[in-house]
Amino acid sequence: MTEVVAEAKGPEREENLNTAEAGYQSLKERFPDAVSDDAREGYSGILVDATHLPEVATAIRDELGYDYLSSATAVDHLGLEGECLEMVYHAYRTSGGPALVFKAQTDRSAAEIPSVTPVWPGADFQEREAWDLFGIQFPGHPNLKRILLWEGFDGHPLRKDWREPYYEEEHKPFDSRWPGGKVFRAEETNLFGKNVQYPDDFDLGQLADVSDEALYSGLGLGVNVEPLANGSSNGLQTDTIVVNMGPHHPSTHGVFRMVTELRGETIHSLEPVMGYLHRNHEKIGERNAWLHNMPFTDRLDYISSMGNNLGYALAVEQLMSRGARYKAPPYRAEVIRVLMAELTRIVNHLWAVGFLLNDLGAFFTPMLYANNTREKILDVFEAAAGSRLMCNYMRFGGVYKDIPERLRSVANLVNDKIRDLDFMQFLGELVRDAIPRAIDELDDLLTENEILRTRCEGVGILPAETAIAYSTAGPLLRASGVAYDVRRAEPYSIYPDLDFAVCTRPNGDIYDRYLIRIDEMRESVKILKQILPLLEQTAGQEIMPGGKPGAYMPRVPVGEAYGRVENPKGELGYYVVSAGDPKGPQNPWRYHIRATSFINLTVLGTLCQGHKVADVVTILGSIDIVLGEVDR
Amino acid sequence: MYGQGILRGLRITLMHFFRTYLDDLRYGLRKFSSNENFAQRQGPQARGVFTVQYPDEKLAVPERFRFIPFLIVEDYDHPERPGHDWCTSCGICAKVCPPQCIWIVRETDPQTGRPKPEPEAFFIDIDICMNCGYCAEFCPFDAIKMDHDYEMASYDRTSHHIFDKEKLSKELRYWRTIAPTTAYEEMLARGGWEHSDVIKERKKEARNAQKVPRAERLAAQEEAGTAAANGADEAAAVAEPVAAEGTSEDPEQARREQKRAEMKARLAARRAAKKSN
Repeated sequence: MTEVVAEAKGPEREENLNTAEAGYQSLKERFPDAVSDDAREGYSGILVDATHLPEVATAIRDELGYDYLSSATAVDHLGLEGECLEMVYHAYRTSGGPALVFKAQTDRSAAEIPSVTPVWPGADFQEREAWDLFGIQFPGHPNLKRILLWEGFDGHPLRKDWREPYYEEEHKPFDSRWPGGKVFRAEETNLFGKNVQYPDDFDLGQLADVSDEALYSGLGLGVNVEPLANGSSNGLQTDTIVVNMGPHHPSTHGVFRMVTELRGETIHSLEPVMGYLHRNHEKIGERNAWLHNMPFTDRLDYISSMGNNLGYALAVEQLMSRGARYKAPPYRAEVIRVLMAELTRIVNHLWAVGFLLNDLGAFFTPMLYANNTREKILDVFEAAAGSRLMCNYMRFGGVYKDIPERLRSVANLVNDKIRDLDFMQFLGELVRDAIPRAIDELDDLLTENEILRTRCEGVGILPAETAIAYSTAGPLLRASGVAYDVRRAEPYSIYPDLDFAVCTRPNGDIYDRYLIRIDEMRESVKILKQILPLLEQTAGQEIMPGGKPGAYMPRVPVGEAYGRVENPKGELGYYVVSAGDPKGPQNPWRYHIRATSFINLTVLGTLCQGHKVADVVTILGSIDIVLGEVDR
Repeated sequence: MYGQGILRGLRITLMHFFRTYLDDLRYGLRKFSSNENFAQRQGPQARGVFTVQYPDEKLAVPERFRFIPFLIVEDYDHPERPGHDWCTSCGICAKVCPPQCIWIVRETDPQTGRPKPEPEAFFIDIDICMNCGYCAEFCPFDAIKMDHDYEMASYDRTSHHIFDKEKLSKELRYWRTIAPTTAYEEMLARGGWEHSDVIKERKKEARNAQKVPRAERLAAQEEAGTAAANGADEAAAVAEPVAAEGTSEDPEQARREQKRAEMKARLAARRAAKKSN
């Protein structure tokens, strides 16, 4: 994989910028009847005839070198041009450069698109999600089951004609709120307070959870005693045993379930089961207006809400930039955004390292040492944005407010203790002193610890090729030696002007995944040290274009955009489509999140095979997931 | 040597253990009393225990902190409009609210049937509110703000968690206490401590007063005496914020004292109840 690393930094990047166009051209020449330009206004990429998708996909991967499938998602075009269901794929090169976007369309009534999972295994969960939420069949998919909802769920909720149980109106703002606001509770409008729907012919008396049966049937549940495979002569007979870890299990970092099939204490196969925290974030997002979604993005990966905000702001700004009156975010806003994004990375990695150690059995001591510093960074967030976790700080075109002059609290409740500190001084001491000290301390405490090394080295090895094929991202990918970082591969904001390295580690085991987080925190501190003088230089400059707050119902031009950022957990992408009736409701037509935690889990089963039960906990911990983002 | 890493790690935990007691040596019992010691313990250089002994001590929240929104009304001892709503029921907060937790009934004039710039009723379902702060951010009249009081647990969700106008309304004075800097900035943007409509009205009156013919102006001058006094008030208000912290401390102090007294009374009552049991 060393060639890839070298390529990422080479002068080829300039050339890469044009290759998406060249790629489209060569595909059109190769498959003249299957490939055509997507000529709709505001759209880009190519349309691929669904029946030819596997060949085209293979050509894209093998001949054009787009080895990394970042995102695969569906859009329902009901009522729009074409009235079809469409799969949208964004493929990248791990050496950097823009996306190759290709799409396949299918009829809504009999939706069927060949699976690309054989080409990019990373499409596995994403296609299952598209089946679950849109009802598109993927012939060729090895395990096409619902993933976020349960087997037996009525309908496919992201289709535009599907309505939720407490349905009020197609779009927010709802008419019932103003001017005649009759207050009511949605759950009281339904006699039984149920928030699920069943098919019309469904007999509730016969209600049984069939999802478990479906799940276990593939795992060979039931007594099936066999002699030991190696023909041992002592007459010992064995059977595999199915063990559920979770949904309520302290090792799973939330409500997440791993169904494991064990031989003795060794994992024979493992299947992640998720969706316990599913709220259909994307459906909510499509009912919302554009700005409404910003605080909802906080709730995805709630450890790094600033990063989520940034990704969404970038995606919508991409769309808005096609409008006539668009103004780019001012420089100071970009500086503040990067400041917050990098502080978030440190927060997240401190959290991840702390919890990894929890999973290893070092119960809460390293966790609390790490949290000490995290709390202080959260103080910064709280003073600037008003909240420690749900920051809701970025806006289209800038940020909510400039950073405050003082980190001042005001006594209000009984026993309130106040603080009044200079904000920039606090931040400076944090960046120059407290954070590096905390990282060094963690490093001292853990890195050379023999127990940690024995438990982590050589466990859960993820080879680089597998990491790329399974679309893993972030520390997980870089610990396998692939120098792929969106901040360098497709730079955004002011990252091109900043000096930092894309860290990699060669082995791809748990230990490397721990080390890469320490490395990345150090790089983040390096970035923050460059940001501090920029903050002082730009003090007093505007943080929104024109110095005015943005519109509360911004108009967004027609088209699609895919905005992505390097979030602490990996590549976070937002695929947004505006259907745009300029006088009509201003809502996203499609609002999709390429959730890193979710896609990183695709590889979990493979990663755990052959390891012991105790290692599964650690492997999951080293992937670093947040269930708010996995289940959405 | 095998085991060296573990020993190095143990040295760090041991250091943490000793640092835990450093504050005790340094501050003694004052550790829990003064704000300065507290700020030190919670500052960037703090090394020891960083936990806060809630509820005996609480980390006060910064000015921008957002919790459930409240409505600003004129101070209850305001000479002209005591308790008057700042809200004009324009509905922007209800529209910009992401989870749609705000319900507003716009008041209409019973005679003309035209809408009046006042809310007849205002509801917020605090179970739905996601504390995003958009209502406060986009309100053009500074009439809705995010509160700092996060201690609002209750025993019954269904009967307590839809706040009506009465429960939501708080004096402007309260906002100036919990967010002095922000309130001051907003005052500068509006041009005075009054509602922006009142300020507009004043400016209009002042302009009209200049336009009036000389004779009438002379006649009106007696009347204008009061207006001038108001103007002076306003000028004083603009100059005040520097001192605002000083002045705002008194009512705050009083309020805190009162709350403390209440708490004491409640504690005493509870103790008495226990004894009787």
